[in-house]
Amino acid sequence: MSLNLVFLGRLEDVAGSGKLSVPVLPCIDAVIDSLDPSLGQALKAPRVKLAVNGILVQDTDAPVLKDGDEIAFLPPVSGG
Amino acid sequence: MRRFSRTATRSPSCRRYRAAEAVGCERHSDVRLLTSPFAPAEEIASFARAKPESGGVVSFIGQVREGDGVEALELQHYEPLTLPAMEKLAVSVHRRWDLDGVLIVHRSGVMVPGDPIVLVAAAARHRRDAFAAADFAMDHLKSESWFWKREKRGGEWHWIEPREQDFDDIARWG
Repeated sequence: MSLNLVFLGRLEDVAGSGKLSVPVLPCIDAVIDSLDPSLGQALKAPRVKLAVNGILVQDTDAPVLKDGDEIAFLPPVSGG
Repeated sequence: MRRFSRTATRSPSCRRYRAAEAVGCERHSDVRLLTSPFAPAEEIASFARAKPESGGVVSFIGQVREGDGVEALELQHYEPLTLPAMEKLAVSVHRRWDLDGVLIVHRSGVMVPGDPIVLVAAAARHRRDAFAAADFAMDHLKSESWFWKREKRGGEWHWIEPREQDFDDIARWG
């Protein structure tokens, strides 16, 4: 029972890896709070967007997470 | 390599020029996200050759800029978002102008100065539509597409922040 976290851009450096597997927790806020505090702080930055299974979400409290879900943390894009 | 083939809404230009042929704009868009090098000149040549009805083909090539000690540039993308957003952009470009075709080719991965990063081309019966469509597509790719960039200078990687100029450029289109 795990969630797959994906860190894009500079968040990859903060996390130390582009991907991380963590135990299933009910909501994204709980997932973020379970991480290293410095990483958690970077993920909570106002301009970091979130996608769950490839779909952008607005509210970190809204989706109910389940085994195998992929949560991507997307910092501001630097463009093509 | 993947061709743009999903169902898209037909643009007014398609209805006007090709109603009798009953084909959709999706057939006239070629949108690709590549992780290996490509040859822009060959892409432009085959794109133009396939559009004999177009009086104008406008193309733009973005390449890795040499200088400032840049040794390499890396573009990172996120599979579920990056290509779908590029395809959506091609559809909106088609809706906005009378076009015969749109080509968007974008690299991801590590590149060195001089390597092509992006190619945008628009084909139209008349040049104004082609110029505007290519310009619009580039402004939107630069500021809104799902890419993260970092440069290697002095052997170290540095992430690149969004540029204010890119947001100003996109604001021109309202």
